[in-house]
Amino acid sequence: METIDIIEKKDPQEKVTPVEKATETVSITGSQAVLEAFIAEGVETIFGYPGGAIMPIYDALYDYHDKIKHILVRHEQGGIHAGQGFARASGKTGVVFATSGPGATNLVTGLADAMIDSTPLVCITGQVYAHLLGTDAFQEVDVINITTPVTKWNYQVTDATEIPSVLAKAFYIAGTGRPGPVLIDITKNAQLQKFDYEGYIKCTHIRSYRPKPIVRKNYVEQAAKLINEAKKPFVIFGQGIILGNAEKEFKAFIEKGGLPAAWTILGLSALPTDHPQNVGMLGMHGNYGPNVLTNECDVLIAVGMRFDDRVTGRLDKYAKQAKVIHLDIDPAEIDKNVKSTVPVWGDCKETLPMLTQLIEAKQHPEWMAKFNEFTQKEIEVVIKNELNPTTDELTMGEVIKILNELTNGDAIIVTDVGQHQMVTCRYAKFNETKSNITSGGAGTMGFALPAAIGAKFGAPDRTVVAIIGDGGVQMTIQELGTIMQTSTDVKILILNNQFLGMVRQWQQLFHDKRYSFVDIESPDYVQVAKGYRIDGQRVAERANLKEGLKTMLNHNGAYLLEVMVGKENNVFPMVPQGCSVAEIRLS
Amino acid sequence: MKQEFTITVYTENQIGLLNRIAIIFSRRKINIDSMNTSPSEIEGIHRFTIVIDETEEVVRKVCRQIEKQVEVLKAYFNTNDEVVWQEMALYKVSTDEIVEKVKVERLLRECGARAIAIRKDFTVFETTGHREETNKLIKALEPFGLIEFVRSARIAIIKESHGFHAKLKEFEQKEPSEEVIENEFLNQQEEVFSM
Repeated sequence: METIDIIEKKDPQEKVTPVEKATETVSITGSQAVLEAFIAEGVETIFGYPGGAIMPIYDALYDYHDKIKHILVRHEQGGIHAGQGFARASGKTGVVFATSGPGATNLVTGLADAMIDSTPLVCITGQVYAHLLGTDAFQEVDVINITTPVTKWNYQVTDATEIPSVLAKAFYIAGTGRPGPVLIDITKNAQLQKFDYEGYIKCTHIRSYRPKPIVRKNYVEQAAKLINEAKKPFVIFGQGIILGNAEKEFKAFIEKGGLPAAWTILGLSALPTDHPQNVGMLGMHGNYGPNVLTNECDVLIAVGMRFDDRVTGRLDKYAKQAKVIHLDIDPAEIDKNVKSTVPVWGDCKETLPMLTQLIEAKQHPEWMAKFNEFTQKEIEVVIKNELNPTTDELTMGEVIKILNELTNGDAIIVTDVGQHQMVTCRYAKFNETKSNITSGGAGTMGFALPAAIGAKFGAPDRTVVAIIGDGGVQMTIQELGTIMQTSTDVKILILNNQFLGMVRQWQQLFHDKRYSFVDIESPDYVQVAKGYRIDGQRVAERANLKEGLKTMLNHNGAYLLEVMVGKENNVFPMVPQGCSVAEIRLS
Repeated sequence: MKQEFTITVYTENQIGLLNRIAIIFSRRKINIDSMNTSPSEIEGIHRFTIVIDETEEVVRKVCRQIEKQVEVLKAYFNTNDEVVWQEMALYKVSTDEIVEKVKVERLLRECGARAIAIRKDFTVFETTGHREETNKLIKALEPFGLIEFVRSARIAIIKESHGFHAKLKEFEQKEPSEEVIENEFLNQQEEVFSM
């Protein structure tokens, strides 16, 4: 949202060079204070887009370019999704810049996505001069009120002296407890204002905010007792393990207890996919066994997950027979959807080892075998045809299977939303944590391409593959420009079924095949990529698939591979909306 | 079963927090019967008093969402039995009517009202009390031409509360004690869980 700002008057002599040490009082501008805060917080990468109301910060950034990398995106939504990808791949807080008005409103989708997927972000938006607030000034939008429902915290700064403490709070709030997005709206006068800077003090405590609840031992003891008495215990885990850096603790827990464990879409990669106790994916397009056996287990142990409706299906028929142990850091999640028998409120990095210590070392071979029975059935009816199809048409599953062989499960896979997302999450192999990046709770189409850019900056040494459908890629395709300009090595794999496939699947199954506006045309993606100086190719034949994927992965730099897949393939198994998890359909 | 609940929220004084709290209700399509913001027993700490008609389960979940807000220190919910509360109402009537009709005077006495302004043309009465009491006076005054009526939000005192001073001190510490971090599960565990 670039504009020419005619109000701005600035004395060039006022320009201050960046402050090296803040031990004694120095006079700096609000904009410099923002960047000093970033340096103190270890921020190295910002995703952003300049404009009138944030120009003083960009002006200050000019002097900090050797310390802070700024990635110029093509749209603010792309910027915030890149920030999310960065945060999810690195475990650090993503930082995003946008200007006032439309620049800020373009962040809203990403904020909502980060809010529901608990992604730590600090977004800085420029705002009109304080004296213009409420006057319908050019590019003035009430950003604070628009973003209130989709931020963990937000604050408007109108006085530069507040900047160091407000940013310290912002980083503290975004990254602690259940993480989330924070937005700081800074008026232009505050960005320009000079003030006596006394240095940056990191925030470690806010009296009204308690990110880490105190763990009560008696609850852990009761949970352990339930687990020890259980004949058919079942662990379901979510992103809480990744956010809590508790992958090791989690693995030790399930291994000692001999507990089968299934993941939510955001929990994927917290436990290696080929771990013998990893029994698969939960939810609407999850695996057969984990869904059916949710309604047969005697103790359900939920770790860092929030019982989303896509996981539970019909709530009044969900795990009614089971005693429920719910481990979560956010007290508002306890009993929100599923009533728990024992709530273990706390950071799972602390609670899991406490539980592990108290549970008996056990195996549940018969119970584990039951999962295998269901897996065999699912292989027979669904997986076999998906991974080794006998038809001429390519399936999404076989693309992922070959990708697994070539990456050996070491890549970061970023997915968009729809059929390709479900298929990828079902079949992709992961060895390492923080490897699956997708828009889970919000289901934001257009997420993958910008998020993959961010992921590459967050984990520069890893291969990043963005897997996107032909619908989603057209929502944020402008970010190819960002890839071009920054030479970011992102592998773009478009699975093109020439439909808005997931909507089409629902229209087929639940709306008598009345295909209403799902027939979407695509441009020649290889040509589009070429226009952005990105190499690519299109594969429509099975014979060329492996070679195509190899070329993509071995290519030096970004590469776009479009794979034409079957037009009317469906994702199964499926728990139809309004049905119980036990009513999962294989076809 | 739906019933009236009074939610008491202790918060920091922060612009925008009112909106953050209000949208928790509007998002769930819960009508707020009354909402009052005021200072509390502690300088700098604000106190919201919110009245809604809902089931206990909904109220509990809503309170958790309120407490989740960064600037909220604590949210309590209570049934009407657990609080002492008042609402204030003002009534404007024509002075001529009042002077002429002695009955009104008797009614005012019965309703515990006071005249807080008397002019030639109008008189303003005030009552404080529960909803039934303030409603009673409306009914009584209506036949004589009630020109204006306004009622305040409910303000309430929690009978069992010892105030917020001690809690705030704990909150100010980095590691508050278990007792101060209240949670219905943690405090009424035997009701929730038994082996």
